[in-house]
Amino acid sequence: MASDAPQANVSIESVLGVQQHNFWQRFTSSQAFWVTVALIVICIVMSWLQPASFATTENFYNTTRNFSFIGIMALGMTAVIATGGIDLSVGSIMGLTAVSCGLTLDAGYPGWAAVIVGLFAGGVAGLINGIIIAYLGLSPFVTTLGMLAIARSVAVVLSGNRMLYKFGPGGPSFKALGSGAWRITPNFELSSPLLFLIVFTFLLGVVYKMTSWGRHVLAIGGNEHAALLTGVPVNRIKVQVYVFSALTAAFAAILSVGWAGSAINALGASYELLAISAAVIGGANLMGGEASAYGAFIGAALIFVIRNSLLMAGVDSNWQGSFVGLFLIGAVYLGKLRGAKRE
Amino acid sequence: MPILELNQVSKHFGAIHALNEVDMTLAEGEVLGLMGDNGAGKSTLVKVIAGNFPPTHGEIRLSGEPVHFHKPVEAREKGIEVVYQDLALCNNLSAAANVFLGREVKRGAGPFRWLDHRAMAKRAGELFAELKSETRPRDLVRQMSGGQRQAVAIARTRLSKARLVLMDEPTAAISVRQVAEVLDLIRRLKDAGMAIILISHRMPDVFAVCDRVMVMRRGNKVADKPIKATSPEEVTGLITGAIHTA
Repeated sequence: MASDAPQANVSIESVLGVQQHNFWQRFTSSQAFWVTVALIVICIVMSWLQPASFATTENFYNTTRNFSFIGIMALGMTAVIATGGIDLSVGSIMGLTAVSCGLTLDAGYPGWAAVIVGLFAGGVAGLINGIIIAYLGLSPFVTTLGMLAIARSVAVVLSGNRMLYKFGPGGPSFKALGSGAWRITPNFELSSPLLFLIVFTFLLGVVYKMTSWGRHVLAIGGNEHAALLTGVPVNRIKVQVYVFSALTAAFAAILSVGWAGSAINALGASYELLAISAAVIGGANLMGGEASAYGAFIGAALIFVIRNSLLMAGVDSNWQGSFVGLFLIGAVYLGKLRGAKRE
Repeated sequence: MPILELNQVSKHFGAIHALNEVDMTLAEGEVLGLMGDNGAGKSTLVKVIAGNFPPTHGEIRLSGEPVHFHKPVEAREKGIEVVYQDLALCNNLSAAANVFLGREVKRGAGPFRWLDHRAMAKRAGELFAELKSETRPRDLVRQMSGGQRQAVAIARTRLSKARLVLMDEPTAAISVRQVAEVLDLIRRLKDAGMAIILISHRMPDVFAVCDRVMVMRRGNKVADKPIKATSPEEVTGLITGAIHTA
């Protein structure tokens, strides 16, 4: 707080001129920063303990590819969480998208047609979520929980409960999308899902920071009533965030099917937990109003590096869920502590 | 010509008559204190003027022209700004972001239109300086005092060419020093030629800044007189019904 009233008139302009936080200060006070630090520490420790298996180019390639699917979904999830909502249906939307793509390819259509059909199927599911939440006023939790069941059952019905792998002529181009790699040096590659994740993270970061859409998303989560009164198109933006979340899940499914080379209706089961955890660990506030694209990226990375480390440390893989759950609860608790300190 | 004119405005919610045939006028640069007990119809009157819902009967004129609002945004386009009791601020955003919420300044061309953070912070800073408020445009609203929050909400009304500002209990929940700040803000708006309706329960505030006081009871206007021609005792009597009309 500035000086007392008598001097106020002289000091106002100088007070206004002070820029209190620069970018670096803001970043270091964010949860994403500390998650980044934790991630680096884990990587250093693991490289030291397991140099032969952890610090290898193959392990880097596989782990970064694995977290990219979740990271892409977590990007969409940050927008939903920023408005104060939640999207539990993303895992099932992956299954629906996978089956839609598989059937399109099976029927002999080209790869790009399968991509469009997959995005369309996911987008429609998101549109239904958004319309019910924004215009019928049902809670996001219930609506997307319903969609979790519906999208999965539609996926099972459409697929006839079989695995789709006999992709027609469109198969190779479709698979290239998810299984491609970018060779940086002769023995160091980046997977195409990771490249997509990096590009999308950057784009979404720009959208949050530089567009009125991004600002309105955060405003809705901060004070929905205020956003409405000031003329923010609240309902339209709510529909858009659920469509966006569904599209990121659909795109993650397209990459995942392309990488695996087969489409199963069970794709993405329980991935909603991972996507939500990644967003929250990266600093998204489940009460709304706070989210960052980089947070989704780094949150997903942390979850998968820890899973990878546990495997290498010889921990039974069935314990992984417990660790993800613990981290999720811990991140929410940390967020609560930070919130209490700020008010 | 008065900025605002209400002719026989009524608002009924089913059988409940929240407003009964209220007449009023308001001139440029005039501050009207609107007083009344809870449920007297003050908030309903303000909401009708602000476009939250249309009146059941009667006519609203702005600078002589009849208006019909269905949404607050429509009233805002006609130069009516509201400072809500809860201020309608987003705590998670900066002061400048709140001032410009819903009408952000952008630059760029075609589909690539970016927020112009610098221009918004600069303009918000100018508005705060005009209001003589020590509020930094880039600070988050959650870190601000009650008086600074009021300044942010009031700066929002200065963004457009507002002609009429409705203030709902701006001094209800803030400290004594901040009340003085807010009353100063109101005087500056008045000096800038705006008409202001101040809803308040606090008699000293009304007598400190208002030119006229209007008292409502059970949906009816029971008094409307210059502040110099009345006294806190009389207004209290009018509010409670001890004095019937004046």
